[in-house]
Amino acid sequence: MAEFENPTDLVAAAQKVYSLGYRRINGYSPYPIEELSEAIGFTKTSLPLIVFIGGLIGGLSGFFMQYWIEVIDYPINVGGKPYNSWPAFIPITFEMTVLVAAFSAVLGMLILNKLPQPYHPVFNLPNFALATRDRFFLAIEANDAKFNHSEVVDLLKNLNAVAVNDVEV
Amino acid sequence: MQDEAHKPYTEGSMHSTAPVIDPGLTFASVTDKISSIVLKRKTSLAWFFGFAISFALFQLMLLTITNLVFVGIGLWGVNVPVAWGMDILNFVWWIGIGHAGTLISAILLLLRQRWRTSINRFAEAMTLFAVAQAGMYPIFHLGRPWLMYWLFPYPNTMGIWPQFRSPLMWDVFAVSTYATVSAMFWFVGLIPDFATLRDRTRSKPFQILYGMLAMGWRGSARHWHRYEMAYLLLAGLATPLVLSVHTIVSFDFAVGIIPGWHATIFPPYFVAGAIYAGFAMVLLLTIPLRRFYGLEGFITMRHMHNMAKVMLATGLIVGYGYTMEAFFGWYSGNKYERFMIWNRMHGPYHLYYWALILCNIITPQFLWSRRIRSNLLALWIISFIVSIGMWLERFVIVVTSLHRDYLPSSWGQYQPTQWDWGMFIGTIGFFFTLLFLFIRFLPMISIFEMRTILPEAEVEE
Repeated sequence: MAEFENPTDLVAAAQKVYSLGYRRINGYSPYPIEELSEAIGFTKTSLPLIVFIGGLIGGLSGFFMQYWIEVIDYPINVGGKPYNSWPAFIPITFEMTVLVAAFSAVLGMLILNKLPQPYHPVFNLPNFALATRDRFFLAIEANDAKFNHSEVVDLLKNLNAVAVNDVEV
Repeated sequence: MQDEAHKPYTEGSMHSTAPVIDPGLTFASVTDKISSIVLKRKTSLAWFFGFAISFALFQLMLLTITNLVFVGIGLWGVNVPVAWGMDILNFVWWIGIGHAGTLISAILLLLRQRWRTSINRFAEAMTLFAVAQAGMYPIFHLGRPWLMYWLFPYPNTMGIWPQFRSPLMWDVFAVSTYATVSAMFWFVGLIPDFATLRDRTRSKPFQILYGMLAMGWRGSARHWHRYEMAYLLLAGLATPLVLSVHTIVSFDFAVGIIPGWHATIFPPYFVAGAIYAGFAMVLLLTIPLRRFYGLEGFITMRHMHNMAKVMLATGLIVGYGYTMEAFFGWYSGNKYERFMIWNRMHGPYHLYYWALILCNIITPQFLWSRRIRSNLLALWIISFIVSIGMWLERFVIVVTSLHRDYLPSSWGQYQPTQWDWGMFIGTIGFFFTLLFLFIRFLPMISIFEMRTILPEAEVEE
């Protein structure tokens, strides 16, 4: 695991490591860096699809809940208006869409990120506490197909890393 | 290239504007400065003083509510024909205040207004606390608040369901969705900052507490990628949501056939009014707060100017709303509508109406002047007046329309009782109690988003 002092070095190192064929790599930074996730080859997420499906489920269930209640289970004649007075059902349909979609966004993000996760090996590195302040980290995992300990350490040292450490798994 | 990257962020506008943040800040100083407000051991005496006052007022709310539940809503001044008195107008007032928070955090995010970063956390907290106050009013106005769950469609032994054609039901869904989504948005924004606090605090119990809240956040690039996507999607969802909430609140009035309520101008005019009131409240709170905690480097004069301009713009929309209300009344040719607007201007509550015009239309005109926008005391006073004005607006809408409707034999008067005021002042106390706790225990400025707008955050090619 290599430690960097600024985002530019980290992104450059991540691009280099990726281009050399390492795939089980990850970067750590105190704020989101778009270039970093691109550099480690992670650009796609299924989150938008999850949120879309969530919204769809919310909207349909919101509308048909009202339809079932007002038309089938408990029809009440209000001033001669049709039982299925759908324009009046739109506000709640909309609110239900947003509600379920928002839940899917939050829960989907947490589940895809495997959070909450109380323990992770990177926390063993004492300096890693700075990853939430002003330090940038790049990890190459030992189970990468190309992994060779001395080669990786040399590589990272040559990429402007201020420190290279082993992390116990 | 080097110089370009280290220039303070100016949004590339044609004319030079004040920087969004103090150009001398770094990752470390931003983190330390904001987190130290939460993590330093000693709590200032002023904080205790402010908290004590708010907490005492909060007790007034609890006293009022206890009395109300025992005695019933006869304690309040509401009666037929004015059955919606201060409880509904305070509900609308509070929920309107909340809207600025969502506007700042969601709409300005989508519009890439990066100056929002310094104030969004605080404004979202304000939203959440204001919605909490708002939610209490309709519940206690039910008369039998312990049966409030009847509002939700759940299968019950009585075999009955709520009436979904009623705007009051829409309100239940709109407000509860709004509260839930605002809370989630706020919490998601806090996760990376919880991680920062977890790594910075020296106290073991707080390490565990913030650690649990951070849920093991470690700033992984993959996590950030999904996080950003989730945040963007939430902003996209919250934007139409916030517009829908005050629209639906206005439907509570506009769908009714009371003169002065049954107007198509209501939804846009309510939404603009909500943003107007909300920005006034944000200014009212941030001006003393940034002074007290020395946050001038984060919340700069640029923010003050921008918020004042939003207030001026929405104030003009609200002014248009009042004009159109009067025009509709006259142009409708309907004698009830004409009487309503005449009664507002000359009837028993005419003082409220003219005070409203003074507070909400005349006062904000001072904001055209750059000198007044730069004077924080003047800005604070204007915000205060606008907050009162927005309260008066709801008073005028709720009370003047109800107290003189179609049948002169059922006309009446409305006078709030001491318990009405007790509840109102009490909710202000509760609001500030929550706000003081928030300032002490959570970072009031989003630390990780502040890092993204620093010059050193740029990745150089």
